[in-house]
Amino acid sequence: MFRHAMFGVLLAFCGTATVFGAELPGDSIYRLPVALVDQDGRGFSLADRGGKPQLVSMFYTSCQYVCPLIVETMKKTQRALPDADRAKLQVLLVSFDPTRDTPQRLHEVYAERHLDKSSWTLARTETPSVRKLAAVLDIQYRALANGEVNHSTALVLLDAQGRIVARTDKLGEIDPDFVAAVQSALRTR
Amino acid sequence: MKNAALLLAVATFSAHAADYVAVHGGTFASVLPADDKAADVNIAPYRLRSEPVTNAEFLAFVTAHPQWRRTQTARVFAEQRYLAHWSDDVTLGSNAAPDQPVVQVSWFAAQAFCENEGARLPTWNEWEFAAAADATRGDARKDPAWREAMLAWYARPNQTLANIGGVPNVYGARDLQGLIWEWVDDFNALLVASDSRDQNDPDRLKFCGAGALNLRDRENYAVLMRVAMLSSLKAADTTANLGFRCAKPGN
Repeated sequence: MFRHAMFGVLLAFCGTATVFGAELPGDSIYRLPVALVDQDGRGFSLADRGGKPQLVSMFYTSCQYVCPLIVETMKKTQRALPDADRAKLQVLLVSFDPTRDTPQRLHEVYAERHLDKSSWTLARTETPSVRKLAAVLDIQYRALANGEVNHSTALVLLDAQGRIVARTDKLGEIDPDFVAAVQSALRTR
Repeated sequence: MKNAALLLAVATFSAHAADYVAVHGGTFASVLPADDKAADVNIAPYRLRSEPVTNAEFLAFVTAHPQWRRTQTARVFAEQRYLAHWSDDVTLGSNAAPDQPVVQVSWFAAQAFCENEGARLPTWNEWEFAAAADATRGDARKDPAWREAMLAWYARPNQTLANIGGVPNVYGARDLQGLIWEWVDDFNALLVASDSRDQNDPDRLKFCGAGALNLRDRENYAVLMRVAMLSSLKAADTTANLGFRCAKPGN
């Protein structure tokens, strides 16, 4: 955790961002130093996700209606892929609500939702980083006084270098154009 | 080792003191209700930069932090027009006076500047609270003359940017009105549905939680125009009249 935070600091000051030693493109969101922690308490940075295309979105676990739908839509998108492609796609959901969404809470939801261990990561980061991550993903959100979070929804597809290559705001059903974009990203190496 | 030396240099540089004024905060009737219905917001005490950040100040920042120079900033953090009115990476030139507010800066660049002086961008509510004041009143928003003055500024096209140093408001903060638009920390929190007239039928599929933002005090176009403008931006965007100032929590 500490090591990852330090990595973030060095990244911020030196401006050289790399994935597996290769310089990241200028429009890669992996350049953003964000210290994330997953459902098992493991620390990681966005750049650690490099190398494979990712399906990324944001949610919070106490949300009753739309957030379960985000998880379902991501699962449906995975299922729409041929077996060989599906194994190559990683899925990352980051919480808007770091106060309540502790790693333990994320762990519970991970089990409740029967998420596939080989592809899914639920994660949290500190409040200022939540704002920055939403900013690079172009997701709007606002914490309300009653503890709810008002937010726009988007499934964002990143290529192996962390560039946004497609997005959809369609929920509950599969967006065929988006699935096609996912397949195309998985086959471009 | 090189990194350690760089960090040290950074720490030394950020010692210069900008002027911050104390704003007491309190209960405030924001145009954006705290519960998205009608509740007032509670604003903790904070300190606000008395003036917008100037070209000279931003030049000192990019000089010390090369990764924020015009040609060296990653596109994900600032679009192509970032600091486009400057002569080059580290020269203001004839289109950018030292005491003019810096404009053509992205949210990420503004945030990085503020973090470097131990601050952050003000939240929308903090900005709105301080900007509701005039030279004699803490909340001048109901005064038609206050609204008119602001709308008159919005209506003036293509004006040359003045230097900072307008009349201070009751907190001692200058240029919150009539000079530039300003980034806020939570610019991407101002969710305004394309049509929020029908507030009883929020588009629940698009906006989780209580639905799209409900606006209070709708006749206050002067303030709502700020919300509309900020909510239309992406974090890497820059515009010719969009600058920023910083804030710090506490007294």
